Amino acid sequence: MIRTPLNLAPIKSCHTVLLEAIPVLAMDDFMQTILDSVTASLRVVSLFGVASPPLETTTLYVVLADDEQNQLFVGRTEVKGDRFPSLTPRCPQVHLFEREIAEQFGLIPLGHPWLKPLRYHHAWTARDAWGRDQKQTVLPAVGDFYRVEGEQTHEVAVGPVHAGVIEPGHFRFQCHGEQVFHLEIALGFQHRGIEQAMLGGPTKRSLPYAETLAGDTTIAHAASYCQIIEALGNCRKTARAEALSSIALELERLANHVGDLGALAGDVGFLPAASFCGRIRGEFLNMTALLCGNRFGRGLLQPGGVAFDMDEERVAILLHQLAVAERDTTVAVELLWDTQSVMARFVGTGPLPRQMAVDLGIVGPAARASGLTRDVRCDQPSGIFRLAQIPVSTYDSGDVFGRAFVRWLEIQRSLAFIREQLQSIPTGEPLTRLDALSPSCLAISLNEGWRGEVCHVALTDEQSRFSRYKIVDPSFHNWLGLAYAMRNQGISDFPLCNKSFNLSYCGHDL
Amino acid sequence: MYKVILARLRQGHRTMKYPAGAPPAMPDRFRGLPKIKPGPCPDGCRACVEACPTGSVTSSACQVRIDLGQCLFCTSCTNICPQQAITYTNDYRLAVRCRQNLTVTSDQGALVLADALDKKSQSLFGRSLKLRQVSAGGCNACEADVNVLSTIGWDMGRFGIQFVASPRHADGLLITGPVTQNMKLALEKTYVAMADPKLVIVVGACAISGGPYIDHAQVNNGVGTIMPVDLFIPGCPPHPLTILDGLLRLLGRIG
Repeated sequence: MIRTPLNLAPIKSCHTVLLEAIPVLAMDDFMQTILDSVTASLRVVSLFGVASPPLETTTLYVVLADDEQNQLFVGRTEVKGDRFPSLTPRCPQVHLFEREIAEQFGLIPLGHPWLKPLRYHHAWTARDAWGRDQKQTVLPAVGDFYRVEGEQTHEVAVGPVHAGVIEPGHFRFQCHGEQVFHLEIALGFQHRGIEQAMLGGPTKRSLPYAETLAGDTTIAHAASYCQIIEALGNCRKTARAEALSSIALELERLANHVGDLGALAGDVGFLPAASFCGRIRGEFLNMTALLCGNRFGRGLLQPGGVAFDMDEERVAILLHQLAVAERDTTVAVELLWDTQSVMARFVGTGPLPRQMAVDLGIVGPAARASGLTRDVRCDQPSGIFRLAQIPVSTYDSGDVFGRAFVRWLEIQRSLAFIREQLQSIPTGEPLTRLDALSPSCLAISLNEGWRGEVCHVALTDEQSRFSRYKIVDPSFHNWLGLAYAMRNQGISDFPLCNKSFNLSYCGHDL
Repeated sequence: MYKVILARLRQGHRTMKYPAGAPPAMPDRFRGLPKIKPGPCPDGCRACVEACPTGSVTSSACQVRIDLGQCLFCTSCTNICPQQAITYTNDYRLAVRCRQNLTVTSDQGALVLADALDKKSQSLFGRSLKLRQVSAGGCNACEADVNVLSTIGWDMGRFGIQFVASPRHADGLLITGPVTQNMKLALEKTYVAMADPKLVIVVGACAISGGPYIDHAQVNNGVGTIMPVDLFIPGCPPHPLTILDGLLRLLGRIG
């Protein structure tokens, strides 16, 4: 089997390709190429539709990643009419992508095993895949759920409003006593229509949109947006800007990973680590605020570089704060591994086997905890990560412990990385000017956010406006992984499993 | 067990003295209450108005106004003004009781910050306020910094403020997000499920006005379009201290 899909256009992260250079494949070729590539260990990074002015034609684009060869590929096909053959039965990782295409463009993926709306909104076109009237209100989570029938089975429904301070989502469990047979997750409550609002951009709201796609991933999403504009605007950021941006990205990872370990401790009732980590998370957020004034990094990144420069005094403060936070984090986290009552709950709970992680296209720490060496910083590096590599942290148990432990490994490596970067920040301007954006191009940008791969793809028209802006948050790949990991688990372990993935609702719902 | 005790000793006591002592220091680049320099703008200059992503900056008769309810506290207006007439101060106190009080102009002094609840409500909620949080389309940043208030550094529980799991147990709602169409019904049901008297507190630009998503068909422009609001806490997201300051003012614990 040919490993490289020769009939697709090769592209690297943070680069552009002319639209006319992207081959238009026949539908069968397109589908077969995806299947062959996935069989050859490539994975689907993005699969999305683009509406053409005549309603009859919708173009489907696919972005595939060859992680071993550090290469991305993009291809397209045209759908005439209102249906296309579904790949999901043979390639589960496109399951949600196909439902998204159905919902946005009113196209029916024929043979899709579970064709339900994804975010519960009206189609962008005049067609509706479920034949609903455009005037009819679309209500979230309304419709049939997968159901296990039997005298001793019962159903548990949770959400959208949950018990904690957490985003809304609806969870439907099919249980036999305490045991979960099946979990179906219905999302869309956070849908704000950002992809649609990006059309015709960039506008002055585009960057705030990117920063608020998922608030805890402000830096990774803003970085992706900026890289798209920089690629289209033929801008080479300075090494200084690259370094400062990567420091912010790793600080974001540190804050969230430490917070997650604390929350996991809280979910098993181990309060010392929960309290310590909850506080230390705030210290990392404060470090980001030292860079730009905002704890989530709002306003730090701009197309062309960073809006706030670094100075020696700030470097010294950061190095000191990092050292203190590292010491405190180590004490707090090692308590987890030393405490049997914690380990008894972590080990073996919510397993996601390696092959299932491959099949579902899982990304981020969840993939690495199932033994996959998947990390954009290594596989599809851009910016500073082409020069300064962070070793990929993996574990092979695929359970809650694995997902917790991978976070701890990553915390240590991010700390070392930031320290190294702070000690050798290159000189140069923080911001670089951009040229006019390139027309009729496709630009792509991948970043390893703390949850995993953040992917932005932009298509520009002849006037260099966005004719499509496709965003894939890592959660989009991973929600089905959580549903799978709950199979045959006790329903009381759901909060623990959920936290071990800690997926974004708004990142999924956009 | 020994290790846990040792770790506990090493971590020490971390709860801040505020409000009895000084509040924690804000970072030097913190973007708090904006200040507008008095004096006329150059003829016809509307750079700040045009740069604002949400329309929070308006100008009429050479008078610039900023609506903090829509403001993302970004740097669009501050960077573009040829006279550097708009700057951010370090002032974290931003919470108000009336939507109109969120407007900042050049000639006004301080904001009319939130005043305390009436005597009866204070006697009900002043020492025990149980809140149900509803995220209605937020990006989870407001939620994250609301959550921070329950960590040991802030320990909101010492004021009797706590998040509860059910609206039936709650005295008030703390709402984040612009209220997406898909969350409207759930939010309304949560509101109805609370016993009277009840409070509504909205946190962040989204919940006040729709924030970055103002006028999207998929959202309602904030909570005020759906139910009465008792406290507005602006920001994108507001700093935890801004949120705590607002809550304590409402309860008459400071101010």
